[in-house]
Order: sequence, then C-alpha cells, then structure tokens
Amino acid sequence: MDWPLFLEFSLVGLLSGGLLALIALGFVLVYKGTRVINFAMGEFMMLGAYVYWTCAVPLELPWWAALAITLAAIGLLAAAVERFVLRPLAGQPVISIVMATIGLAAVLHGAAEGIWGGQNLALPELLPRKPLILGELLLPGQVLWSFALAVALIAAFTAYFRLSKGGVAMRAAASDPVTAYAMGIDVRRTQRLTWVFAGVTGAVAGIIVASMTSLSPSLGAVALGVLAVIILGGLDSVAGAIVGGLAVGWLEAVTVGYFGGQARDVVPYLVVLAILMVRPYGVFGTRDIERL
Amino acid sequence: MHILEADGLELAFGGIRALADVSLRAPAGGITAVIGPNGAGKTSLFNAISGFYRPSGGTIRFDGADITRVPAHARAALGIARTFQNVALFRGMTVLDNIKLGGHHRLASGPLAAMWYLGKAAGEESRLRAEIERDVIDFLEIDHIRGQRIDALPYGLQKRVELARALAMRPKLLLLDEPVAGMNREETEDMARFILDVQEERGLAVMLIDHDMGMVMDVSSHVVVLNFGKVIAAGTPAEVRASPAVIEAYLGAKGRKAFDGLAAVS
Amino acid sequence: MRIGDFKATYRHDEALFDTPVQRAWLAALALALVAFPFVAGSYYVYLACLLGIHLVSATGLNIVTGYTGLISLGQAAFMGVGCYTVAVAAKAGVPFWLALPLAGAVSAAVGLVVGIPSLRIKGLYFAVATLAAQFVLGFVFREWESVTGGVRGANVPAAALGGFELSGEQRLYFVIVPIAAVGLLAARNLFRTRVGRAFIAIRDRDISAEVLGISLFRYKLAAFAIGSFYAGVAGGLWGYFLRVATPEVFGFGQSIFYLAAIIVGGLGSILGTILGATFMTLVPEVLRAAVGWIEAAGVADAGVYLAAVREVVFGLLILGFLVFEPHGLAEVWRRTRRFFHLWPFRT
Repeated sequence: MDWPLFLEFSLVGLLSGGLLALIALGFVLVYKGTRVINFAMGEFMMLGAYVYWTCAVPLELPWWAALAITLAAIGLLAAAVERFVLRPLAGQPVISIVMATIGLAAVLHGAAEGIWGGQNLALPELLPRKPLILGELLLPGQVLWSFALAVALIAAFTAYFRLSKGGVAMRAAASDPVTAYAMGIDVRRTQRLTWVFAGVTGAVAGIIVASMTSLSPSLGAVALGVLAVIILGGLDSVAGAIVGGLAVGWLEAVTVGYFGGQARDVVPYLVVLAILMVRPYGVFGTRDIERL
Repeated sequence: MHILEADGLELAFGGIRALADVSLRAPAGGITAVIGPNGAGKTSLFNAISGFYRPSGGTIRFDGADITRVPAHARAALGIARTFQNVALFRGMTVLDNIKLGGHHRLASGPLAAMWYLGKAAGEESRLRAEIERDVIDFLEIDHIRGQRIDALPYGLQKRVELARALAMRPKLLLLDEPVAGMNREETEDMARFILDVQEERGLAVMLIDHDMGMVMDVSSHVVVLNFGKVIAAGTPAEVRASPAVIEAYLGAKGRKAFDGLAAVS
Repeated sequence: MRIGDFKATYRHDEALFDTPVQRAWLAALALALVAFPFVAGSYYVYLACLLGIHLVSATGLNIVTGYTGLISLGQAAFMGVGCYTVAVAAKAGVPFWLALPLAGAVSAAVGLVVGIPSLRIKGLYFAVATLAAQFVLGFVFREWESVTGGVRGANVPAAALGGFELSGEQRLYFVIVPIAAVGLLAARNLFRTRVGRAFIAIRDRDISAEVLGISLFRYKLAAFAIGSFYAGVAGGLWGYFLRVATPEVFGFGQSIFYLAAIIVGGLGSILGTILGATFMTLVPEVLRAAVGWIEAAGVADAGVYLAAVREVVFGLLILGFLVFEPHGLAEVWRRTRRFFHLWPFRT
C-alpha cells in the first residue's frame, strides 16, 4: 500500500471537497429557507461563470470588476427567480416547486447554450497554480486556493447567520414563517435574500470550477453531484454540508486516483444510494417530525 | 369487558412528557370521552393508540391482544378507526372515493386484478359501493354530496364525511378527535345524534376527544380526564364533574376555591 | 352537470364510458385509429408510433409522480433498461412477444432495487435517489460494453410475430397503438379500484392512508414498480421501433421531457397523460419546422440553435403550466366541456 500516494489523494480530495461544501451550502440555504431542493443550482453556477467570462475576456475588465458585475447579475437573477417563479407557486405542494426549479434549470441551460454556444471556453487564470510541496506530497495550488476561498466564504456565511440581525431573521423565517411575521420579520424579504445568497454562492463556486477546468453549458452537472453531499450531510444541515463536502471530495479523489477518471461521474450517485440505505436523513440531518 | 386497555403509557418529545404513566380502560360498547385542557396529551394518546407514536413505556391492549408493537397500518385490520382534529380527508378525491377508502383493508384485489378490472375487481367494487350506500351514506344523510369533491364542501359536512369513512372501515373501536369542533349548535346536535346512533346500532365502542362539555357529558358513559400527560380522574360523567382535581385543572386553584365557595353557599 | 344523465344501477354509475354518446365517440376514435396509417403520410405514421411510445412511458410516470406523488427524475433511464433488455434478449433469440414483457419486468426489478432503500423515508430523498439512479444507469449503459455495446450502442433485430416481420412504421403502428391503448386503459382501471385509490391517498395525506390500513412502503414500492414496468415496455418498443439502443437518448434530458409531458397534460389524470404526451411529441416537430422557416427566410445557421431553443421551450412550458395551469391541459379541457354543457346558455 503506497501510503504517500494515498495520503496525497486524500489530501487533494479533502481540499477539493471544500468547494463541494460551498456548493452544498447553497443547496442547504435554500432548503432550510424554503423546503425546496433547488435543481437550478448548477445553472446559477454555470451562468456565474459565463457572465464572469464575458466580462473578463471579450470585455477585458479587470477581475474585481468582472466579479462584482457577476455577483450583482446573478444576485439579481436569483431575486427575480424568487419573485417571478417561486412566489406565484407559493401555496402549491413541494413537488410543484421542485419541478419548477427543474424547468428553470432547463430554461437557463438552453439560454446559455443559445447565447454562448456549446463549445468549451477558457477563463483567465484566477487562482495561482504554484503547488505546495510537503515532503513527498504535491498539492496543486489551485485546489489549495479554492479550499481557502471556500472556507472563507463558509465562515463568513456562518458568522452572518449566527451573529448578525439579518442572519438571525433568516433562520427564524426558515424555521417558523408565521411566528417570524408576527415578530415583525419581513419573511418575503428574507426568502428573497436566501435565494440571492444561494445564487451568489453558486456563482462564485462556478467561477472557481470554471477557472480550474473549463467552461461549457454542462458545468452545472457538478451541482447534481453535490446532491450526494447534502444527502450525506442532511438536507438542512450546514455542518453536514461541510462534513459531507469533505467526505465526498475525499471519496471522489481516492476513487479517481485508483480507478481512473470515468469513475468520477458516478461516485457521488453511488454514495447517495448507499447513504439512503443506511442513514437516510444523513449524518446531521433532522428527522422530520410531523404534527398530527 | 374492555375493548381498550392502556397501562402505564409513557411518551416524551425531547423534554416534554406528553403521556406520563397513563392507564385507562374503555368499555366495549360504550362511549368513552377523553377530556382535559389544551396540551394535556389527549391527541397524543390517540396517536399512540393509532400507532403513530411508539410509547417509550407501557402497553396497549386491544380486544385482549397486545398491540403496542403493531405498526400503524396494521391496526385498521384489527378494527381501529379514527378521525382527526384537522379534517384529514383526501382533497383530490370525491366524497364517494374517500369513503370507499375506508373499505380498503377489507378488499383484496391487487394491481393486476385492478388493471384488468373485469371480474374480481369489478365485483369487489360493486359490492363495496352497494354496502357503503346502504350502511353509511344513507345513515349519515350525505347522499346529495357523494359525487362532490372534498374541497367544495363546508366544514361541517367534511367532518361528517370523515366519520363516514371511518364507519366504512367496520371498526370495533372508533376514535373521534374533536368531532364537533367548529360546529354550531345544530350541527353539534346532529353529530351527537349520529355518534349515539352509530354506537347503538353497530355495537361498537367509541372514544372521543372534545371540548364541548355539554355534548361530552350528555353522550358519554365513561370519562377520562388528562392534564399535563397524567390521568387525573376517571369515571362516570357525574363523578368526574364533581372531582376536585378536575375542577382545579380547568379553573385553577383559585377557581377551585371560588367554585367550592359557590357550592357551599348554594 | 350533464342534463338528463341519470343511472339506474351502481354498476352503471361506476362504468368508464357511461353514456351512449361517449361510446359512439369511442367507436369513431377506434375506427379513425385503424384507418390512420392507410390515409396519412409515412411521416405522420412515424410520429404516431413515437407518440404511442411516449404515451406508455408518460402513463407510467404519471402513476408514480402524478397519482402517488413520488417525483421520479429517472424515467428515461428505466426506459433504457427496457431497451437494452430487448436488444440483448432479441439477439439471444427471445421472440418479440416475450422480450417486451421481459423488458418491463427487468425495469420493474431495477425499480425495486432503487425503491427499496429510498422509499422508506418521506420527502425529496426519493427524487434524489431517482436522479442518482438516472446517472448510475447512464454510466452502466456507457461502460458495460460487453452487454450494452458502450457508447456505440446495441442494434436491435426486427420484431417478428410468427415469421411476419414487424419493421417500419406502418407495421409497428399496429403493435404500438394497441399496446398504448391497453396501457392507458389498465392505468385508468387501476384508479377505479382500491390500489389506485391507495396511491392517491398516499399522495394527498399519507398519515390518513396509514390509518386506513395502507402500508405506505409497500404501496409506494408497488407504484414505482408499475411505473418502471411501463417505462421498460416503452423502452422495449423504442428499441424495436428505432432498431438501436444508445446511451444518449435515455439521459436526464429525456426524463425531463416526460416530466414536462405530465405537467403540461395534467398530473394525476389519464386524459392529461394523453394530452401532454401529444403536445410534447408535437413541440419538437413544430420547433423544427419553425427553425426551418426562419432559415428559409434568410437567417442562416438558425438550425444550430434548435437544441437550445428546444430546451428553453421545454423549461418554459413546465414553468408556465405550473404557474398558470397547474392542473394542465386536462383542466383546460374540462373547463371547455363544462362551458359547452349548457351552451348557448351561460352557467
């Protein structure tokens, strides 16, 4: 057993899991806030990357301008989605709203393909490539930096939720909208804000992923793999998103390292099926208790 | 002869003890009322009897057999039927289909027979329909609405349909959770009449929860009072009405003193 | 309310086609369906065959998602299972009339494998499990080369009934349309009985369903197995019709197609299944024709955008119907009928 190789795979896996955790956070935010799995998350990621590319490459704006414009644009898109797609569906069963996000994903995906075409595009280099060498282990620079960014963002969000007034309001609205209304919290605004956060998270994650690999309309498929993370961690748990992200990242890296690249696509889904058999609510998820 | 015997039931949600050492007996062929202030554990008790909550301690015996471990969906076949506090009818179906679902556990056709329909399934359905019309729809006077969808009906009628569905199960024990909640005088009297008729004509046992004390005391033969998850009194309506513990539970300690004072004077 | 419509026996009341007028229309429809391939051009017969296949699959999906309330995102993958089963079986010499039900059975078995772990818990976990199944099956289709032929796919020999070869749309029409009709009728019958009612009960209020004696797990599993069986048969028909089984056609996008079909048509309605499947079969053709006109009108390369436009249109259809007509085309039909019941008087 080649331990240094295993260790390298493991570390790279854990580090790339940071990014998965970030995407998972986007899912968990929406689920906690609205009880809906947002199947359009991948498309937010993809569109974020495309808007960034448009700003950075043909328009040749500096990276911070491109980033600002991207976040504003995707934030606006997310708010528009909440207002024009989800709000009208408010009374309907969850199944309808989930299918609405699926429909939305199709619209966004098709639109992206129509506007930017189906070929692979390259983003200008964002994260430094310089690897970190620890003895025998080589950790790619991009993976390290993406991990660092993910950690920073997750920490920022967690701080916001725990410590700021707006964050507490969001948690209140998520857990009991009626009481939150009674306390004077504008539940509609917090729901919109939840979606904006999810969109922005997705956009950032999308830019990072695109800069590390390449950009095409199928970038969103990564998000579907992240569903494994939230199933593992529990649909409504931020801690679960983090732990799950690291775990799935590790599992993917180790599987690809030993079994080749083809396996990467299918590993998350096998994880999903396995977890559902053993611990359906995930490691940290809360079991649904219904009021009878 | 008791249709239902509960002994030492314990049920807790996190720190809240919904049922604390609850024991009761429901006589067969009688109407037992379970009353108590809000949050006393009445619906939790029903949920335990229905099988939705697994008590952490104690046993439930139905018709002599221990059913504590029996899963919820198996209790219908044993003879336990139930209505819910918030009307739990199937909104996407008509009244007739809802009531037919009451007969579900008594029918036998599987998916293949169902898809072929002619023969076994058709015969079953016809017989069920005839039986429901005769025994339930005529009895509860809901023939004029049988084809309507549930969401088109007023609340009082919905509650009656829910009772109809429970009756279609041909139960030995009928659990009614707030059958007259939200009804006016007239509707309450109608429902009370139906409950009495059901119990008399079919010889089944009824357990009901309600807050309308007038209806409860008139209709029941046996009353159990819960407060904070404990049984604080059990007996005939007259006994329970006079019990100091019950008066205190409803009116508070000061109230009891006032009540005693009034009773002493009058 | 139809005027002058009363029934003398319960049996009459429960019948599917209860008035003479309805039965007359049904007979006319049957005649039209039989005559169709002899009067219509081969392109339209081809479309009709495709519609038949879509109908079978959409019916299965409606049973699972529309009637029982379980969101399935993997219907196309289960069709793929059926298609590859037919490819393998036919090559091994299994006759057509055996291979088709076998395709359904194998799909149902895979459905059980996916359903058993994931149907024990409520909520969206099942939807995610079907998504996982979709991608895992896709992986299997691509990688299990010895059985599926990998990315190239597998050829399906022509169906044959006692020496009479069933190839080409003219002949397969008379196989696909009856099977679709039987499938629709069987599904409709299902919901006239206790099993179907149990499915709807589970969708509407599963706690109540349990109280009535319905084992949620067993019935959900049954619904999913039935839906997968339909998908498998549809996939098998696809194989005999297009004569090839390839991984791409059974991807996530196609699963969305069937979801769109039942949302557009109307969840929980057989009529909705018919309307939705018809609508969705025609949409790509209309789009293709529209793009053709645009190209002819001088905008070159418009065809490049066809795939993207198709996707956007599918998505907009799903969103549009969910927001504006959540009960689908079936509800539109019902409203129109009600309007004409008393026409020219107004209700």
